[in-house]
Amino acid sequence: MSLLSSSVSVTRYRVDGKIDGPVLDTVRSALVNSTIREIDNEPDAKSVGWTSFESPFNPDFASENFVIAENMVFSLRIDKKSIPAKIVNKQFKAAVKKRLAETGRERLSRNEKAEIKDDVLHRLYVRMPATPNVYDLVWKYEPGLLFFFSNQKEANEELETLFSKSFKLTLIRLFPYTTAEFVCGLSGPERDALTKLSSSQFYEAGHD
Amino acid sequence: MIDVSVAYNRYKFIGHEFLTWLWFTIETDPDSLKKKDPELSAMEIGNRVVLENTRNNADETISISGDGAGLEEALLALKKGAKVTEINLVMKSGELEWRFNLKGESLGISGLKCPQTGKVESKSDIEGAVLEKLYLCERVIDVVQNAFCTFMRLRVSAGWESGTARKIGRWIESSLK
Repeated sequence: MSLLSSSVSVTRYRVDGKIDGPVLDTVRSALVNSTIREIDNEPDAKSVGWTSFESPFNPDFASENFVIAENMVFSLRIDKKSIPAKIVNKQFKAAVKKRLAETGRERLSRNEKAEIKDDVLHRLYVRMPATPNVYDLVWKYEPGLLFFFSNQKEANEELETLFSKSFKLTLIRLFPYTTAEFVCGLSGPERDALTKLSSSQFYEAGHD
Repeated sequence: MIDVSVAYNRYKFIGHEFLTWLWFTIETDPDSLKKKDPELSAMEIGNRVVLENTRNNADETISISGDGAGLEEALLALKKGAKVTEINLVMKSGELEWRFNLKGESLGISGLKCPQTGKVESKSDIEGAVLEKLYLCERVIDVVQNAFCTFMRLRVSAGWESGTARKIGRWIESSLK
């Protein structure tokens, strides 16, 4: 996950478009606005935001440098709380029992049960600390490239959504078709041929 | 440009053909991979190859892994119509060595182990460490990208089926003899 760890994963992106106005000021402002929000002691189950490469648990984009040589280097952080279903169930049953005892009734309506479940989850989420995951990225602004140091589906999807929301630019993942389309410098006729490609059978081709 | 998610699924076979071509190229014409990176001294198949055979609706996955694992089974799978979906590669440049997995459908690189870099002992070391690691990662990214673009030019050419595809078929057959 981390650029500096001994084993890394990389997903390549093309950044579609350019920022209007001064690049670094605009990026800094967007990073400040979408900095990860801490959810410990809060009822939220998930938080997604930008964080600092050097201080992922104490980001301060207003004063920190996020430029190294010609690269912008920062990180995506996803904080999640995961409460085991058995704990939720145990707490829910206890809350239902308590409500029945308080009201002297024999059963609760579906709406009341849903309300109790929401209340149980709310209390559990407040008490549970979030698990943070940090994924580094390097944005090479001039060539319009971004390297994201994760192949995880959820992390890549959150990156694409947050990047678009923060910078008003689209990330295009560079998989075979998009690499051929945007990176390989194919001519017009070659790009036409690309759209018409269908699968080859190698072994049979060797026996024609 | 067609929708990106549609393009991912519709053309994922291109990535599988690329990895199969890459294996063929490593075995038969390794010098061609060095054209864009003269410092590249070797590219070798590492300790894992995953193949998939989707012919005749028979979704069969063959996974060969482990140091010293023979590739005969993988070649046999190619003969039956399978293609490489993931491959572990070893890249060498002088004394430096990289190991990584490359997935065909996404061109995603995972498990990338770069040559050893200097230790980060203080905050002032971070900038240098990032640039060094980024350079090492980009060496792999560039080699993969250049190889992919070389493959793509062949793949969209009129002579693909009668030229390269046929050569790959003959390589598969000769490798099994």
